[in-house]
Amino acid sequence: MEINKFLKTTVAAAAVSAFAGMASADDVEVLHWWTAGGEAAALGVLKDDLASQGVGWQDMPIAGGGGSDAMTVLRARVVAGDAPTAAQMLGFDIKDWAGSTGNLANLNSVAEAEGWDAVVPAALQDFSKHDGNWIAAPVNVHSTNWVWVNKAALDAAGGKAPTSWEELITVLDAMKANGITPLAHGGQAWQDATIFDAVVLGLGADFYKAAFIDMDEDALGGDMMVEAFNRMAVLRSYVDDNFSGRDWNLASAMVIEGTAGMQMMGDWAKGEFLKAGKTPGEDFVCIRFPGTQGLVTFNSDQFVMFDQGEASDSQMAMASAVMSPAFQSAFNVVKGSVPARTDVPNDAFDDCGKKGMADFAEANAGGGLYGSMAHGHANPAAVKNAIYDVVTAHFNGEYDATEAAEEMVNAVLDAQ
Amino acid sequence: MKFLIQRWIPRLVLAPSFLLVVLFVYGFILYTGYLSMTDSKMLPSYGWVGFENYSRLFGLRHWNTAVTNLAIFGILYIGISSALGLFLAILLDQKIRAEGFIRPIYLYPMALSFIVTGTAWKWFLDPGIGIENTMHAWGWASFHFDWIKNRDYAIYTVVMAAVWQSSGFVMAMFLAGLRGVDNEIIKAAQIDGASGVTIYRRIIIPMMRPVFLSAFVVLAHLAIKAYDLVIALTGGGPGRATELPATFMYSYTFTRNQMGVGASSAIIMLIMIFSIIVPYVYSELKSGDQQ
Amino acid sequence: MSRISQDNAVAGSRLTRALIYTVLIFFVIYYLLPLYVMVANSFKPLDEIRGGDLMALPNVWTLEPWRDAWSNAQIGVEATGLKPYFMNSFMIVIPAVTLSTIVGALNGYVLTKWQFKGHGTVFAMLLLSCFIPFQIVLIPAAKVLGFLGISGTIQGLILIHFVYGIGFSTLFFRNYYAAFPTELIRAAQIDGASFMQIFMRILLPSSGPIIVVTVIWQFTNQWNDFLFGASFSGFDSTPMTVALNNLVNSSTGVKEYNVHFAGAIMAALPTLFVYIVSGRYFVRGLMAGAVKG
Repeated sequence: MEINKFLKTTVAAAAVSAFAGMASADDVEVLHWWTAGGEAAALGVLKDDLASQGVGWQDMPIAGGGGSDAMTVLRARVVAGDAPTAAQMLGFDIKDWAGSTGNLANLNSVAEAEGWDAVVPAALQDFSKHDGNWIAAPVNVHSTNWVWVNKAALDAAGGKAPTSWEELITVLDAMKANGITPLAHGGQAWQDATIFDAVVLGLGADFYKAAFIDMDEDALGGDMMVEAFNRMAVLRSYVDDNFSGRDWNLASAMVIEGTAGMQMMGDWAKGEFLKAGKTPGEDFVCIRFPGTQGLVTFNSDQFVMFDQGEASDSQMAMASAVMSPAFQSAFNVVKGSVPARTDVPNDAFDDCGKKGMADFAEANAGGGLYGSMAHGHANPAAVKNAIYDVVTAHFNGEYDATEAAEEMVNAVLDAQ
Repeated sequence: MKFLIQRWIPRLVLAPSFLLVVLFVYGFILYTGYLSMTDSKMLPSYGWVGFENYSRLFGLRHWNTAVTNLAIFGILYIGISSALGLFLAILLDQKIRAEGFIRPIYLYPMALSFIVTGTAWKWFLDPGIGIENTMHAWGWASFHFDWIKNRDYAIYTVVMAAVWQSSGFVMAMFLAGLRGVDNEIIKAAQIDGASGVTIYRRIIIPMMRPVFLSAFVVLAHLAIKAYDLVIALTGGGPGRATELPATFMYSYTFTRNQMGVGASSAIIMLIMIFSIIVPYVYSELKSGDQQ
Repeated sequence: MSRISQDNAVAGSRLTRALIYTVLIFFVIYYLLPLYVMVANSFKPLDEIRGGDLMALPNVWTLEPWRDAWSNAQIGVEATGLKPYFMNSFMIVIPAVTLSTIVGALNGYVLTKWQFKGHGTVFAMLLLSCFIPFQIVLIPAAKVLGFLGISGTIQGLILIHFVYGIGFSTLFFRNYYAAFPTELIRAAQIDGASFMQIFMRILLPSSGPIIVVTVIWQFTNQWNDFLFGASFSGFDSTPMTVALNNLVNSSTGVKEYNVHFAGAIMAALPTLFVYIVSGRYFVRGLMAGAVKG
């Protein structure tokens, strides 16, 4: 049954691709921020795929600020009336663009032909569709509630991977007693917020949804929020004094080298471990943030097509190629994330990748799939940054937990 | 006829520059001013909201932090760069044999962009991996330098890196000024029995007044535009402790999708800039007219 | 124009001189330290960097990072290294610097030797334009470039760099020419020399130092520009800084610091070259005019 579906969509994809290939396709100009190393090489697979269909690729990479510099450039391009054919986008940026320009290409024809509706989880579709029309092709799903643990340090601290907040504290204490930095962390607003995501999710999926997605005042300023901030302060006490401003990959390096016990970071961190020649399960362990097994906070990169006046075959070809199971597998193996469609075989993935795919499927089936606040998938940019401000101020000791919860309400209200 | 052409050619030569600047600078400032009164969020939009963005802006704690930081940063940066530049120029002016070797070393940081020099500085200042770590490795265990990690001191590390970048340039300006001083004056003073320090304090440094003004313009222009520096060095952190108006404006306009607030901060920034620069330009013009 | 005088050496004793040299050397170290960090780490294998001590010299020296940064590193989907982007930067910067220098010289000439009513105001407006933060003009400039149909092209970037370079060029040349004896100009006029003849034959030949200053200033600023380069370049006109940023700032990729530093030094070589080669003329040029009030 599952295999049948897989075959069917593959064939459909091939059919559409073939069709697009025959048409006189233009080049695609692609704005993205996968600019260096393995992920850029992985995107090259897409380029080659399109080249084989006669669609040229004009590369517009802009790195910086986790995509925010690329969005600045996109704004300049759109204002100049010179929008790129396709642009990488995240979360609420897609909604904002769809809402404010309205000149995004409609991908319904290719989506229907390939049956995207059936294979893309509803939580993702929420971002890929605008007014019921497909406007974006999701490339991957990162999940952010991961913990990366040094295996040797974990063994020395009792050997059992923590599954609850209390167990996590026990392990962290043991690591501290063993003389290493228990928690490797970089003090940048988005990293603080990434941990905060997991902490809030650990206090309950309903609470997460009420606070970050519904932006409910009672949840934002209530006792649970105070508790979340208290837990942040507890975690802070396991971080070394030297954390602020540290890049996330230097924090990963601490775990790789064994000078720190664990890091709470999205699945892109896996790349650092693999690059350093470490093996999942042997040298390091990937677990969900304690208390969030079965739940996933995600962050999905998608390609949005800008309407170029006429329906463009090359854009459809690109959308189709992005969604092809072969590309989704090849790309995500390198990227550390999981495919955006649920019917891609997991053969090519390592243990952490397989776990990631299983967790994603489980969360999707059980309704535990939520957009990540820290990565712009729970609320608009203004709100997200307002929450950053409070979280990072609290983490740096400017507020106590009660004040932080109060500030949270004000900040979110102000930003709306 | 020829007289008429001669009369108009100068204006025609100047006209393209003038028109371009009127459009690309003053036109855009007006446009930004207009945007600051609109409900623009992600892209410019033209719903009129009056001064709402300004009242929002002044209600934001960050904005106050950013303005305070600019004051601290601007004063220290301009002050230290000028003082250090003058000091080094005076030393280099003492018939130093290796001057040709030293001068480019003092000058080169100005040539580098902060996209990556920032990383070098960040590592260098990081207590865990940089200078503190090295000093400890060399046996100076009590050496302590963690300003970049400290909310109250991080802005001073931004000053340090900024001074590193431009003090050599200022040095070159002062050196040029010192070389322009007439030797006869100094000789006369020496004959009168004035000491070296006195000669500098009473005679030479006062003659550097125009250099101070030029240095001020260059430094003020760099201080206001300090953006790459902060982004590369601290990313505005720890917390938001090193936010400057330039980073604030960029983040509200482009990252936070609150273009209206961003535009209003830009206008306030311009008002601050012009209120400092216009008096300088005025004095510049007056001295020009005397010639 | 000021004449070049000897050093104003004052102090005499050996002790003082030793002290002066000590201080000068201390600052040599201060200015070189960040460069040292960059150079030292650009020759290390990545493992060694990950392992810790960033201030140390490499245990194992390797040229690999340099080779990678130049021709192998992934910049976007192409593994081309920084090589192809150098040409783009030169294609943008050389015309823009040339244009803004020529126009600055002419402006300075008019503003000092052919003053007309309102020349002060015009100069003030040009000068004030130096101080506008570039983030402000991004959106409207995009509009104008789009309107002109040169968004995403090298011509567009040249125009932008040229326009925002006018202010400083004019300032430099105006201050320089202000000190030039006006009597010479008047005499030439009486002899029937035209506007351009006077400029070409009398002013330009003695403008060497200030041209050096202007070129250095404009070249450095435009070569190092990132914001305009990123926003207004197309896929085939991307300048060096944007490529460098793509190499070093990729947010969720593995960071190869050694390659980053090698790339950063490479990107800075043209400006470093300009500074070191023309450093001598630079001070002379500043002396001759730019620093005059």
